[in-house]
Amino acid sequence: MKLMHCPLNGWRNIQEFTHGGEVVAEPDPNRCSDAEWAEFVFMEENKAGMVREWWCHTATAYWFIAERDTVKDEIIRTYDAGEVFKERIEFTRPEPPKEA
Amino acid sequence: MPFGLIKYALSSGHPAKRFLLARPELKPSYDVVIIGGGGHGLATAYHLARYHGIRNVAVFEKGYIGGGNTGRNTAIIRSNYLTPEGVAFYEESVSLYRQLSRELDYNILYSERGHFTLAHTDSAMRTSRWRAEVNKHLGVDSELVYRDDLARLIPELNLSEEAAYPILGALYHPPGAVARHDAVAWGYAGRAAELGVEIHQDTTVTDIEVTDGRVSGVVTDRGRVACGKAVQAVAGASSEIARMAGVKLPIRTIPLQACVSQPHKPSLDAIIVSGSLHVYISQSDRGEFVMGGSTDPYPRYQTSSSLDFIEGLMSHVLELLPHLSEVQVMRQWAGMTDMTPDFAPIMGETGVENYYIDAGWGTWGFKATPVCGKRMAEMLATGRVPALIAPFRLSRFENFDLVGEKGAASVGH
Ligand SMILES: Cc1cc2nc3c(=O)[nH]c(=O)nc-3n(C[C@H](O)[C@H](O)[C@H](O)COP(=O)(O)OP(=O)(O)OC[C@H]3O[C@@H](n4cnc5c(N)ncnc54)[C@H](O)[C@@H]3O)c2cc1C
Repeated sequence: MKLMHCPLNGWRNIQEFTHGGEVVAEPDPNRCSDAEWAEFVFMEENKAGMVREWWCHTATAYWFIAERDTVKDEIIRTYDAGEVFKERIEFTRPEPPKEA
Repeated sequence: MPFGLIKYALSSGHPAKRFLLARPELKPSYDVVIIGGGGHGLATAYHLARYHGIRNVAVFEKGYIGGGNTGRNTAIIRSNYLTPEGVAFYEESVSLYRQLSRELDYNILYSERGHFTLAHTDSAMRTSRWRAEVNKHLGVDSELVYRDDLARLIPELNLSEEAAYPILGALYHPPGAVARHDAVAWGYAGRAAELGVEIHQDTTVTDIEVTDGRVSGVVTDRGRVACGKAVQAVAGASSEIARMAGVKLPIRTIPLQACVSQPHKPSLDAIIVSGSLHVYISQSDRGEFVMGGSTDPYPRYQTSSSLDFIEGLMSHVLELLPHLSEVQVMRQWAGMTDMTPDFAPIMGETGVENYYIDAGWGTWGFKATPVCGKRMAEMLATGRVPALIAPFRLSRFENFDLVGEKGAASVGH
């Protein structure tokens, strides 16, 4: 059994967690091009080695960040997303498209 | 007669030929370099040499041929997919597989068993009917069968309504088959080598040279070669190799595990798959029960296997086939699969001129080996993308034009 340290719940069986994908900067959906959005939605670094990813402790629906080595299958560090994301993301109404 | 046999055994001139000659030295330049000596790369090399007269070809394989997913899969071959693009493509592969032993003059033990995708819920029954109708429309032999049919067709199957997930019916695909996967790699490699293709085992690609937007050379741990064209077919290593050419992919490398039991007398004809229970099982010609499940829960560049997997798998296997409770598991292993977001492959151009890709084969690419070889070779030889593989282009992700192959899911291929 493999254990993972949840910043909220402590050491838990890794089966209690859900992998959520790489931490990448989200482009502004109201301003970015279709190609930038497609890249954000579909493309993956998928690195052999150190990665920084979203994980969720499923039972408590708590999302956090883990640094992991995908070649050694080792979890290096887990921490609250607040360490990286200092500001709240605002979901504001998009500006109306400019008249052509 | 016995003397003849003894003499033959002791003579030094055995006619038994070696499959591959000793590894040659690298030439300074090749017309085509193929990265990855799995089934896909080797089939591509064979088709280039045999049907397009392109023989100045090198295959670079990091380990030994067929040592990747080609030699690790559960060898299920079928064409009962869901999208018309998928069905047409896999149907061509099945027709090539059917005569592959003859084509390669090498027995790949192709064995048609009948393939059952069990449905345990109303929605699974609906999807099965949908698939059956798409299949029939495209000339593929598939039908929806019900509990009474299953009782007749697979007498061992546990059809009890007391089971945790009772079986309601199945999508039945009579041509569903299994084959000997190693033989597929060896057959293609042997024939390609006879035609002049160089197969370099134990040769790792470490970089790809791109000059003015066009591939110009490939660097290996044994030196650099120039090339006219190059193609990568490296399964779980797809993202790492593509990165060398400056290409980004929508792929995650996720292990898929499988296992076999000790050999037993032939007792199970059918190939049984349950998407809901994440199980597939068939009996090999050697008598082993070959069993697999769903992909691992998170990406890894590793092939270790786990107790979690075998425990989870067996609880479901025993629900379907309780008589296997006395059977012992002999080996388990994993392969690194290259999973795409729409469960369809990525084949064709990359944006780097003369650099092509064959990837995104995830948990479903063994059955596609012959058609990939044929169509990738056609593309390399003619410079045009064959219509059959055009839907699988990498640029579909830029255009939000995904294929959505739900007939694949991460189980049952
Ligand atoms: C457990 C399991 C069960 C499966 N079951 C099925 C099934 O039942 N039916 C089905 O159709 N498919 C199945 N699949 C999927 C199928 O096995 C693969 O999609 C298919 O074999 C891929 O073939 P390939 O030739 O592209 O890749 P591989 O056979 O993986 O070949 C790629 C090769 O590239 C080499 N390579 C990697 N990096 C480098 C480098 N830097 N330089 C040189 N060479 C390199 C590797 O060593 C490897 O040999 C299964 C897969 C697994 C793991």
